[in-house]
Amino acid sequence: MFIGGCLKMLTVANISLVKEKHILKNVSFELACGEILVLLGPSGAGKTSLLRCLNRLDSLDSGNVFLDGTDTRAFPITELRRRIGLIFQAPALIPDTVKKNVCVGPRLAGKNISDEVCQSLLSRVGLESEYCGRNVETLSLGERQRVALAQVLANEPDILLLDEPTSALDPTAILVVETLIQSLHNKLNTAMVLVTHNLEQAKRFNARTLVLADGEVLAEGNICKLMESNANPKLIQFFEGRMESNELKGS
Amino acid sequence: MASESLLMSYGLVVGAILISLFNQLKMEREMFSSSLRATVQLIVMGFVLEAILAIEEPLYLFLILLSMCVVAGAISGKRGKEIPHSYWIAFAGIFLGSVVTFGVLYAAGVIQPEAQYAIPLGGMIIGNSMKASSLSLNRLIGELGHQRARIETLLALGASSRQAALNAVRQAVGAAMIPTVDTMKTVGLVHFPGIMTGFIIAGGSPMTAVKFQLAIMYMVAGATGITCLTVTLLAYRQCFTCDLQLIKKFSPTH
Repeated sequence: MFIGGCLKMLTVANISLVKEKHILKNVSFELACGEILVLLGPSGAGKTSLLRCLNRLDSLDSGNVFLDGTDTRAFPITELRRRIGLIFQAPALIPDTVKKNVCVGPRLAGKNISDEVCQSLLSRVGLESEYCGRNVETLSLGERQRVALAQVLANEPDILLLDEPTSALDPTAILVVETLIQSLHNKLNTAMVLVTHNLEQAKRFNARTLVLADGEVLAEGNICKLMESNANPKLIQFFEGRMESNELKGS
Repeated sequence: MASESLLMSYGLVVGAILISLFNQLKMEREMFSSSLRATVQLIVMGFVLEAILAIEEPLYLFLILLSMCVVAGAISGKRGKEIPHSYWIAFAGIFLGSVVTFGVLYAAGVIQPEAQYAIPLGGMIIGNSMKASSLSLNRLIGELGHQRARIETLLALGASSRQAALNAVRQAVGAAMIPTVDTMKTVGLVHFPGIMTGFIIAGGSPMTAVKFQLAIMYMVAGATGITCLTVTLLAYRQCFTCDLQLIKKFSPTH
């Protein structure tokens, strides 16, 4: 139940997902309380599918996922999804005010959150309280991503799954969101799984990294150490930018 | 109406065929065949109706109306092929809409359980319910695909299938009710409905025609409303798995 002295929060054991082809093949890893795990891999590697399986938006074909030692299939699905918050690559917000979007999670559970709580959630993601009444249609992509983050934080999740949260942002906005994620992690100590295809971003997070390609785990460890090792030819291919993504292969 | 008069009115169709021929619109063959088909269909219907209207046994009337609901359900269900059990859903909506409307009209003394009333009014109720059911299914499929990202975001935040699909359901019911609502808004201003026109032509007083027309309009509005709600509320549930996942058939490209 412990990883390096920390309590294990999430255990992924030999999970496989098959659609038209094998999307995930016997993927296993663990996530400790308050840890950031970076999931790195080329496009089409199965990173998003893996996050969707953790949140049970997709069902596994085999294997198990345990949250605090309990199989996630044993949880009521709505409770599990509140505990494992998922932030999508492209946030699909409700075409309404920022406040309405931030409050949506608790409202779905029949709770109301006060203006003060809403403002404090916005300040956590670096947005001022004046944003409460703004329509989300008027926000930039970076701001929309922050509203999506505040939306998930309103549910007070134990784990945050971030699916390429910066992929649609410009370089300045990328750094702002990365800093925000780091500071949120420092403040809240919430366990996070961050998906990226960007090697530089993975290096900037400098956290334990899981490299995924063709639905398989290629390697796991500190990104800098993984880059120094020459053990796996596929891994070297990926680090050198020579690995063709599955999406490109398909086309 | 004399047969000669009827034949003369067909002259209008002949005129349209000649215009098509003269302007090389290539519609003449289709116009001729469809007008011929309509004539044959209506003559056959006349014979069949004469036989049906002679039926006095309420059970047989019910069976005829039930078979009309089955056919309407099968046709409407095709509009929702992507939704599991769409035929049953369409049938249930059309049947419920028709039964409730008939029940209320009978209880209010507007109609009697006689073939003369039940068959033509049944045809109207079932036909309108079928249209409403088809529109509901078609729009629901479109909305679920179009709103997939939003629905999955809500599911990921802990929404139930009802909460996640609420917007799509609203859109589907709203769209399916548009023809009925617009007809009610414009009746008497833009168009004079068939029943009212027929009643006046047959020599009835305009106020009696209005009363009949109002009863028919309420009947159609009630039937389409019940059908839309029943079909949409039954259909959206089929679009989610027991793990509250939106089934894969509904993609934004649908």
